[in-house]
Amino acid sequence: MTQMKIKSLEDLRRIRESSRDLSSARSGGETVIIIGMGTCGIAAGARDILAEVMAELSRRNIDGVAVQTTGCIGMCQDEPLLDVIRGGQRVTYGRVKPEDVPTIIAEHVVNGRVVDKLAIGRAD
Amino acid sequence: MPIYRSHILICGGTGCTSSGAAEVTEAFKKTITEKGLADEVLVVPTGCHGMCEMGPIVVVYPEGTFYCRVQKTDVPELVEEHIYKGRPVQRLMYSGGEDVPVIPHYKEIPFYGKQHRIALKNCGYINPDNIDEYIVRGGYEALGKALLSMKPEQIIDELKTSGLRGRGGGGFPTGLKWSFCASAKGKKKYVICNADEGDPGAFMDRSILEGDPHCVIEGMMLGAYAMGADEGYIYCRAEYPLAIQRLKTAIAQAEEYGLLGGNIMDSGFSFTLHVKEGAGAFVCGEETALMASIEGRRGMPRPRPPFPANSGLWGCPTNINNVETWANVPQIISHGGAWYASLGTEKSKGTKVFALTGKVKHTGLVEVPMGITLREIIFEIGGGILNDKKFKAVQIGGPSGGCLTEEHLDTPVSYESLTALGAIMGSGGLVVMDETTCMVDVAKFFLEFTQKESCGKCVPCREGTKHMLLLLEKITGGKGSMEDLDTLEGLANMVKEMSLCGLGQTAPNPVLTTLRYFRDEYEAHIRDHTCPAGACAALLEYRIIPELCKKCGICAKNCPVKCIPGDRNTGYRIDTDRCIRCGTCFEKCPFGAIEKK
Repeated sequence: MTQMKIKSLEDLRRIRESSRDLSSARSGGETVIIIGMGTCGIAAGARDILAEVMAELSRRNIDGVAVQTTGCIGMCQDEPLLDVIRGGQRVTYGRVKPEDVPTIIAEHVVNGRVVDKLAIGRAD
Repeated sequence: MPIYRSHILICGGTGCTSSGAAEVTEAFKKTITEKGLADEVLVVPTGCHGMCEMGPIVVVYPEGTFYCRVQKTDVPELVEEHIYKGRPVQRLMYSGGEDVPVIPHYKEIPFYGKQHRIALKNCGYINPDNIDEYIVRGGYEALGKALLSMKPEQIIDELKTSGLRGRGGGGFPTGLKWSFCASAKGKKKYVICNADEGDPGAFMDRSILEGDPHCVIEGMMLGAYAMGADEGYIYCRAEYPLAIQRLKTAIAQAEEYGLLGGNIMDSGFSFTLHVKEGAGAFVCGEETALMASIEGRRGMPRPRPPFPANSGLWGCPTNINNVETWANVPQIISHGGAWYASLGTEKSKGTKVFALTGKVKHTGLVEVPMGITLREIIFEIGGGILNDKKFKAVQIGGPSGGCLTEEHLDTPVSYESLTALGAIMGSGGLVVMDETTCMVDVAKFFLEFTQKESCGKCVPCREGTKHMLLLLEKITGGKGSMEDLDTLEGLANMVKEMSLCGLGQTAPNPVLTTLRYFRDEYEAHIRDHTCPAGACAALLEYRIIPELCKKCGICAKNCPVKCIPGDRNTGYRIDTDRCIRCGTCFEKCPFGAIEKK
C-alpha cells in the first residue's frame, strides 16, 4: 500500500496502475511466452533467459503477457528454448541467449514480427 | 517495478484453513525463498474458492492450474516441479473419479462451469487483506463514479432497474427499500449490513466477508450516499472471527486511503463504518432484534411498523441489507442496472450464492444465475449424491425453509417458484439428503434449532415451537398417534400465522413441507412403529441371532443398562423393553450375532 489519500478517480487509477503487478500474472494474457525448464534447459541457461524476459517486460512496462515455464520437449540440443504464442500462432526459438530476449520481445511480442534468424519451428 | 511471473493463490477461507491452508502458505513462502524464487513468484492468500471439500486449494497462475487437497509435504514437489521446471504435478490435480483423466484448469472443472460469479467475483482471486488488489480489479471505481458524477436518486434508479432483491431471504426489492429510507425525514441516517448468518449449513456471507470485504464496504457506501446516511454498522456474528478480522483490516486500509472518513474524494460525502460483533443469538438476524442488539439492548424483535426506514437504529431512518445484497451493489453501479437485469428470470434477477452441503459429492459455495434448476446445482455442479446413493430431498432456506423432493428438481430457482412449493429462497443454504435420511428426524432437527433460538417474546413462537417439538419427539419415539399429525399441522399453521417475527413465522416450514411431501414417513413411524430410513434410534430393535451366538457374554458385559440377561450356559437375550438402543452390543459382538431392524 502506498501512503497517500485518494482524492479523485485519477488518484484511484494511479494506484490501480502502480499495483498492476498484483493482477498481471493472474489475468492470463493474450500473448504467452513459454520457457523450457527441463534439466537440459536449466543447464543451457534457461534461468537467465527467464530473468531477462521478466526484466525486459518490466522495463518496457508491457501488460497482458503471461510467462510460463514448461518441461523438456525433447529438443535438448537446441535449449534454451523459448516459445511465443501470439494470435494463435506458436513459434519456437532455439539456443536463445539473454541478449536475444529484447529483440524477440520488441519484434515478435510487441510488433508481431517473427524473428526469423532465431526461429526453429512454428505451429499454427 | 518487478513483475511476478507466477502467482500462487492459496485459499485462506475458513474451510481450507481448517484443513491446513495456513501451514501450506508458510511452506510455500519458505520453499520459494530457499529456491531463490522470491523475486519472481508471489504467494497470495485469498478467500474461499467454493470447493471447500477439496481444500486446501492452490491455484497457480498464469496457467491457472488447480490443485486440491494440498498438504505442506506436497509443497517442495510443487515448487520444484511446477514453479521451477514448469511441469505441473498431475497427482494433485482435480479428478472426477478413478480412471477419469485429471482436469488441470480451474475453468474446465464442472463445479465451476455452470457458475456465474458476481458477488463472488473476487473471492478466491484476490488477497482480501490488501486493498490494492481490490483496486486493481476495479474496486472503488463505482464509488468514484457515483460520488463524482451521479445524483443519489440515479443510484436508486439503477438499483430499481437491476431488479436486485434482498439476498438475506426476504426478497424485498432493494431499490424500493432504499427509496423508502431516502425519502424518510431525519438529519441522521444509518445503513447496516446484516452479517448475522446463523442458518445451520450456510456460509455464503462468511465467505464473501472473508474473501472480498471491500465489495461489501463499497456497496454500503454507495447505499449510504444514495440514502443520505453518514454512518454504518456491520453486524457480524462473533462465531466468524476471520471475517471480523478481515473486515477490520479492510476498514483500516480504506480509512488510510481516505476512502472512509470525511469528505471522501472531495465530494462532500462522509462515511464512517463500525463492526459490531453479535453474541450468538439466531434471532438477531431479524432486523429489529439486530438493531436492539447494536443499541446495547437485549436482542428481541419488535412489531413493525414503524419500519426501520422511518425509525430504525436509535430512532433514526435506517436501511438494513444482507452481506450478499451489498456485495452486488458496486458492480450494478459499474455496469448498470440493465446489465444485472439481463441475468435471471422475469421476477428474480441476477445471481444467487448457495452453500451446498449434506450428502453431495462436492460441498461448497456456488454462485448461479437465478432460474437454474435444482438438478443442475446438485447433480452437475455438486457432482451428484455421495457414494452414489439415491437422492431423497433437498432442504432449501435453512431452518426457515422447506424440504423439496425429486419431482421438484427441475423447478427453476426463483423467489416465486420456491415459495409456491412451500420452501423459501432464504439466505441460500442447500442441504442435500439421501435415502438414509429420515425426514421426520430432519424436521425435528430444524425445529430443535428454532425452538432453542426462539427469543420467547411472543407466545405462538415460544410455546408453539415447544409443543411441536414435543409432538415430533413423540412420533420419532414411536409413541405418536394419527391425531398427533393433525395437531402438529394445526399448531404449525398457527405458529406461522401468529408469530411476531420471521423466526416464528418460518420455523414451521420444515415440518409443513415434510408433512406435505413425506407424510407416508410420518405414518410409518406412527402406524408401523418403523423408521423407513433406519435413522430413528427408538424405533430400532436389537435382537441376538441364536444360531450365530457363541454365548461369550461380551454383549451383556458391555450393555450400559444391563438389559441382556442370561449366562454362558443358557445363552443371552436382549430385553427390548429396557433396551435404550445405544447400539453398544451391536458394535461389540465379535461374531456379528446381533441384528438391528
